[in-house]
Amino acid sequence: MAMDEILDGMSEVSCDVLVIGGGTAGPMAALKAKLKNPKANVVLLEKANVKRSGAISMGMDGLNNAVIPGYATPEQYTKEITIANDGIVDQKAVYKYAENCYSIIEELDSFGIRFLKNENGDYAVKKVHHIGTYVLPMPNGETVKKALYRQLRRARILISNRYMATRLLTGADGRIAGAISVNTRTAEFLVIKAKAVILCTGAAGRLGLPTSGYMFGTYENAANSGDGYAMAYHAGAALANLECFQINPLIKDYNGPACAYVAGPYGAFTANNEGARFIECDYWSGQMMLEFFNELQSGKGPVFLKLNHLHEDTISEIETTLHKVERPTRGLFHEGRGTDYRQQPIEMHISEIGFCSGHSASGVFVDEFARTTIPGLYAAGDMASVPHNYMLGAFTNGAVAGEHAMEFADNTDFAAFDAADVARERDRVMAPTKRDDGIPPNQVEYKTRRLVNDYLQPPKVTRKFEIGQRRLAEVRDDMENRMVARNSHELLRALETHSILDCADMAAHASLYRTESRWGLYHLRTDYPEKNDDDWFCHTLLSKKDGRMSSEKRAVEPYIVPIADDEKDLYDKQRVRTSA
Amino acid sequence: MPLASYQTSVPVVVDEAKCIADKGCTVCVDVCPLDVLRISDLTGKAYMAYDECWYCMPCEADCPTDAVKVNIPYLLR
Repeated sequence: MAMDEILDGMSEVSCDVLVIGGGTAGPMAALKAKLKNPKANVVLLEKANVKRSGAISMGMDGLNNAVIPGYATPEQYTKEITIANDGIVDQKAVYKYAENCYSIIEELDSFGIRFLKNENGDYAVKKVHHIGTYVLPMPNGETVKKALYRQLRRARILISNRYMATRLLTGADGRIAGAISVNTRTAEFLVIKAKAVILCTGAAGRLGLPTSGYMFGTYENAANSGDGYAMAYHAGAALANLECFQINPLIKDYNGPACAYVAGPYGAFTANNEGARFIECDYWSGQMMLEFFNELQSGKGPVFLKLNHLHEDTISEIETTLHKVERPTRGLFHEGRGTDYRQQPIEMHISEIGFCSGHSASGVFVDEFARTTIPGLYAAGDMASVPHNYMLGAFTNGAVAGEHAMEFADNTDFAAFDAADVARERDRVMAPTKRDDGIPPNQVEYKTRRLVNDYLQPPKVTRKFEIGQRRLAEVRDDMENRMVARNSHELLRALETHSILDCADMAAHASLYRTESRWGLYHLRTDYPEKNDDDWFCHTLLSKKDGRMSSEKRAVEPYIVPIADDEKDLYDKQRVRTSA
Repeated sequence: MPLASYQTSVPVVVDEAKCIADKGCTVCVDVCPLDVLRISDLTGKAYMAYDECWYCMPCEADCPTDAVKVNIPYLLR
């Protein structure tokens, strides 16, 4: 059999807890679920290979949100994240993360992942955020995936690589019943019955099109095509604040982080073409991105990350980290351009749009137990709605999800699903393979993402969004009726295109619903330019109702950490003041 | 509609003299997050079959014989 040949096959397995996505949150969720009940079956399903999948495929250079005793308290962190998100935060989930993350750091340390310590043996935490101190470098951050994988093997987690989940199954009572998946190299189906399911499929990182025109030159791992958002939506779960896009300051063309969080604490900073600082703080927020965008548009653009004023020893240290971990081809890219940190500043640009709670505040709605609005369905990591998660949030909330999901599974039986749902899904998935002629997935995907750039990229304009929606509907018609896949690899891309287009539709719908501007550049509507707290100090929840996309308001839960009036707008003051 | 093939210069290059895929090694194919590497049935060596690269590097880092080199895709370079 040749790889990528399309085979006809269908099998069914069952497990107590099914984790979909083996990047960061997923492995931790699977591990914690299994440790909670070692007799139970835990399956970890992964579209790629757990050894090297997800955002931390090549490791991570540091923790961006470590709440470490002696440096910060859970109260301070909860306050900072609330302010950074214009107040639209359910604090319980943020506070729970802040309380739990230190024990996760200690656990990661016990797995062999080291964190930077000072001469006294204390964690050497650095300041990057606007107010508090939360950044902890990881000198051997390239070992993260390997260390996790060892733990998964030791706990005897059942790992199924190269299976893409395409739809969730629910029972008649609305409870989760499992998932349908397809092998990405043979197109064979695997139906997994489960008492609880945890979605950990990462960001929607292949939504906008990178300006280089290279479709896979995305900031996020390009495998993160938004499958979890699409699956949750079609299962009837609510998705929160999707209009709060993720847009990042990245190395122009390379489209990866520069990375100011690593270099900033050593004295590097974001500069305009005069070499001058124009933002107070390099921590990624919508307000910071708006100032970045304004500077790019002004006569003082483009924008650079400036390191060339630093001492040789400092630059070497930064270079070693940046060219070894997270996105190691950074070094190769700079070499090709003849950029040396000692001589030239690094040209920066803003990324295409995406969904990612890792840095913003959108995602499948979850509470402080990682529960979605569907009983038995959990979500964690970049795709769940806890804001500013980063890697440590994925680990910490993944752990919460794993433990809670196992508790749920222990007290429930399998929900019965309708066999017709599986048959229908099989027809939908296989449709592109039944055509001899048509449009290949890469063209459908390119067009979708080009329309996202043309019509949905902020600044957002109502009329443009409406035109964009019409054009996306035309592409959907092509996707559903004319897309052709000639082998199982093309089928994988075709299925990802479905996720991408679903996310594009959700991005447009959610943005039109919130008729105000909020979160800086992330939801800047030029025809509703002001923040309107009277009408819009609330979450928005998007869900599928009677087969149609629908949005509603949801009140912000009462704060458990109060924010004083004079603190509320601290993140609005990002621009460096020109006078005292 | 007829389909045409499209020329593209691929970023991942395999040194066939060093590659031991013909001895059964599939490490680079196994680890690739985008699943773009395959073993050629003609040469028995690994090659980049689909130009869908995130230039992330596991294929290069995990290759036991240093046969794989990840370059920056031309459009970004």
